[in-house]
Amino acid sequence: MRITVTVNGEQHTGDVEPRLLLVHFLRDELGLTGTHWGCDTSNCGVCTVWLDGTPVKSCTVLAVMADGHEVRTVEGLAHGAELDPVQQGFIACHGLQCGFCTPGMMMTARWLLDHNADPSEEDIREAISGQMCRCTGYENIVRSVRWAAEHGGGRGTADAGTEPAPGREEPVPGREEVRA
Amino acid sequence: MQVPAAFQYERATSLEQAIELLARYGPEARVVAGGHSLLPMMKLRLAQPEALIDINDLSELALIRVDGHDLAAGAMVRHADLLASPVVGEHFPILRDAERVIADPLVRNRGTVGGSLCQADPSEDLSAAFSALRATLVAQGPGGRRTIAIREFFLGPYETALNEAELLVEIRVPIRSHASAYRKVERRVGDWAVVAAGAVLEISGGVITEAGIGLTAVGAPRFVSEQAEDFLRGGRPDDEAFAEAGRIAAQECRPTADQRGPVDYKRHLAGELTTRALRAAAARAQGQEA
Repeated sequence: MRITVTVNGEQHTGDVEPRLLLVHFLRDELGLTGTHWGCDTSNCGVCTVWLDGTPVKSCTVLAVMADGHEVRTVEGLAHGAELDPVQQGFIACHGLQCGFCTPGMMMTARWLLDHNADPSEEDIREAISGQMCRCTGYENIVRSVRWAAEHGGGRGTADAGTEPAPGREEPVPGREEVRA
Repeated sequence: MQVPAAFQYERATSLEQAIELLARYGPEARVVAGGHSLLPMMKLRLAQPEALIDINDLSELALIRVDGHDLAAGAMVRHADLLASPVVGEHFPILRDAERVIADPLVRNRGTVGGSLCQADPSEDLSAAFSALRATLVAQGPGGRRTIAIREFFLGPYETALNEAELLVEIRVPIRSHASAYRKVERRVGDWAVVAAGAVLEISGGVITEAGIGLTAVGAPRFVSEQAEDFLRGGRPDDEAFAEAGRIAAQECRPTADQRGPVDYKRHLAGELTTRALRAAAARAQGQEA
C-alpha cells in the first residue's frame, strides 16, 4: 500500500505492507533510528512517538494507520541547532543512563510540559509510568524533566493549545552553560 | 521481531462503509480501532484475521455527550478522553477510577472504550465497570440499530453478542443519583488486574434501592455478582452489609489459578475489593472523597 506520512514536518511517501508497524517504518524505511524498538508488546515505551500531537507506542500502530497523519519523533525535538530544554535537562541531570529509553522518555516529557508547565514529581512519574528504563534510572529522569520545567521547558498555561510557548521565547541555556 | 501475519487492510470512511466491509469480508475480518488489544494478539498469532477494517476515521464515534438523561460515549472514544471528561468524572467516578488503572497513559491515548468492550477480555476493567453501571450498548448492522444490555453482551471469554456484520457504535449509561467506585490490585503499574471490583450504589432514605457489583479477572458470570447485588438491595449502606456483600461476591466468582495468583488468594481479593469499593462509594455518597 502506498502511504504518505508527515514526519517532523516533512512528507514521506512509501510502499508498505499493511502489517508493517510504524516503529519499523520510521527506523527501516525512513532511517530515523532515534525511535527505539524494545519489548514489542506495548509495555516498555521506548518506541514512543507523537501521532497527531499525542504520544503513542509506535510498536502497536500500523504504518498504514499513520497514512495522512503527522508523526513527530525525537529527531524533531530540537529547534534547529538548539536542543529542546527537555534534551538539555537529560544532559544536565544525567537522565540518559544507557540512553535506550531516552527518546521515548523525552517525547513523553515534552508532551507533559506542553500540557502542564509545572508538573509535580507525581505528575512526572504518572506520565512516564508506561515507559521502562532498563537502568532503572528513574530518579535522574524525573529530575531531568523538572530541570526542563524550571529552565523554560514548560508552557505558560496548563491548557496551552496552539498558543506559542512563552517558555520558548525566553533565553534557553545553551549546551555549554548546561555542562558548566 | 514480532510482526502480524499478512492481512488485507481496509480503511472505512463512513459507518455504512464499515458495516458493508464487515459484511463483505465475513467472519475472518476484524475491526481495528486503537488496536492495543488486537495487534499484540496478532503479533503473537493468537489472532490471525484475513482483513482489518480500520474505523479510526469515524470521528462521529469519538464523542462523549449527554443525550437526554444518558451519558453517551462513542465506541471510538479513547481511554484518555473518557478519563479526562468532566461529565464522566462528575457523574461516574467508577469510570474515572477504572480508567486511571487501565494500562498506562500512552496506551490510554490510543486504546478505545468500544474496543475494550468488544475484545471481551475476561480481565478487562471497563467490562466490569460498565456492567456494574448496567450500561446499554448500541450496535449497528446492515439491518439498522439495536440496543443490547451489557449484561447480555458478554457471552464468554473474547465472545460477544455482536453479529458478524455489526459494529458497536455507542455505550449509554443513565445519569442518575448514585455513588460508585472501582478498586483494583495489579502486580505492577499498567498490568492486567489480579482482581478488581466495582461498586455502584443508589441510596434513598438511608436504604440501598439498587446496587451494581462488577468483578473482573475472577470468572464472575458476565463480570457481575448478582447475588451480592440482591443481598444489598433493600438493606442499609453500612460496613456490616458491605463485608457480607464481599463475602457473597467472593463465593459467587470462579477464579482460576495462574501466574497472578492461586484461587484462594484471588477469592480473598474479590471479597476484600468488593467491600472496599462499596465503602468508597458510600463515602462518596456522603460527600467524602474516597
